[in-house]
Amino acid sequence: MLESYVPLLIFVLIVLGLLGALVTLSFVLGPSKPYKAKLNPYESGIVPDSPAHRRMSVRFYLTAMLFIIFDVEAVFFYPWAVLLRQLKWFGLIEMGVFMGILLVALAHIWRKGGLEWD
Amino acid sequence: MSLYNDPIGHWVVVTVAIALLLFVVLTATAYTVWFERVALGRIQRRPGPNRVGPFGLLQLAADGIKLAFKESFVPAETDKLLFVIAPTIAVAAAFLSWAVIPIGLWYNVQYWIADVNIGVLLIFAFSSLNVYAIVIGGYASNNKYSLLGGLRSAAQLISYEMALGLSLVPTFMIVGSLRLRDIVEYTVHWGWYNGPIPLILLTPIGFVIYLMAAVAETNRAPFDLPEAEQELIGGFLTEYSGLKFVMFYLAEYINMITVSALAALLFFGGWYLWVIPPVIAFFIKIVLFLFLYIWLRGTFPRLRYDMLMRLGWKVLLPLAIANVIVTGIVLVATQG
Repeated sequence: MLESYVPLLIFVLIVLGLLGALVTLSFVLGPSKPYKAKLNPYESGIVPDSPAHRRMSVRFYLTAMLFIIFDVEAVFFYPWAVLLRQLKWFGLIEMGVFMGILLVALAHIWRKGGLEWD
Repeated sequence: MSLYNDPIGHWVVVTVAIALLLFVVLTATAYTVWFERVALGRIQRRPGPNRVGPFGLLQLAADGIKLAFKESFVPAETDKLLFVIAPTIAVAAAFLSWAVIPIGLWYNVQYWIADVNIGVLLIFAFSSLNVYAIVIGGYASNNKYSLLGGLRSAAQLISYEMALGLSLVPTFMIVGSLRLRDIVEYTVHWGWYNGPIPLILLTPIGFVIYLMAAVAETNRAPFDLPEAEQELIGGFLTEYSGLKFVMFYLAEYINMITVSALAALLFFGGWYLWVIPPVIAFFIKIVLFLFLYIWLRGTFPRLRYDMLMRLGWKVLLPLAIANVIVTGIVLVATQG
């Protein structure tokens, strides 16, 4: 059972080797003549007057939180979907209740304007 | 794989197969770029690349060599380690999905690197890592455009990931397995018909949701907001140059091929296409999907950001959940 993951491990190692080579090449190949103006962040030719890391819209944070909630839901769906034929009506109703709770949450977020972006 | 019973020979075969697969995917990526440029050119009534080699086929080799020998510098005040790691994550995430994608080679010969029973879940896990690449790349660049592009992209990717995940649940319910080979070889017995069936006939809505979410997940037009040139210069790509830029680009095109291959496997019967040999059938289906991508890019203008998020959360997500519920009820009811 676990044996079927060994090729995956080999694959990961080979990919990592390839990427290491690519990153190394990116430093080895090509000239390296840095000077101050070149190393400045590119902001359409204007010299940056403030740091780039500044306060962000809270909406991104909200979206991330909502994602956690609904993506965990999606993860629950997978094993359930595979076994639905065995679980029959019992499984369907159980999942229906679970989904109902989440849909109520989605409706609440929707009504509160949590999904608005303007 | 019963052909290779002796253990050492088996691992040699696996390693060679992996190297071959990586080579094929890389080459396919290069020619996808060529295909896109030519097709997009035709859509816009211009020839596209046609100077380097026959039909411009060597254009990508020329571009690759040129980019490899360009200066690939790390700007000042960036987070150097994260700046270098971000493109690596992108390419790794793109490549790793191919470990579990089965390829029908010849009539009864199929090949896959790892035949695991959680195939599709693994692909989602790997492709989700792409979010880290973009966020880390945007954050490490110390550039306002990069940071905004990275954040936008993160919000976009996670919003459409749910729709993407849920759009496939009906397929899993019907087939009862997450193993891609089982899904391709799903056979139905309806009256006189007895054989494999493209699952799009059973889950058409799932396919539509998958298609839209997949285009959004790969950051392609009309959902290419992370790199919206007119407003964000290059988004998270702004500060990248040389081979590190190539790596991000590579990842994007590998993801395109992965998503196309997955669509072919999940909804269009993978390597089954009438009398055409499996590997050619699979190839044709992938190329058709890639053309669809390019066609979309040549036809649709980019969405506005609030429209994008509205589509993801208010249309695709409820639709995907409804699709799961309806399919579940129909499936259990007809099963008796």
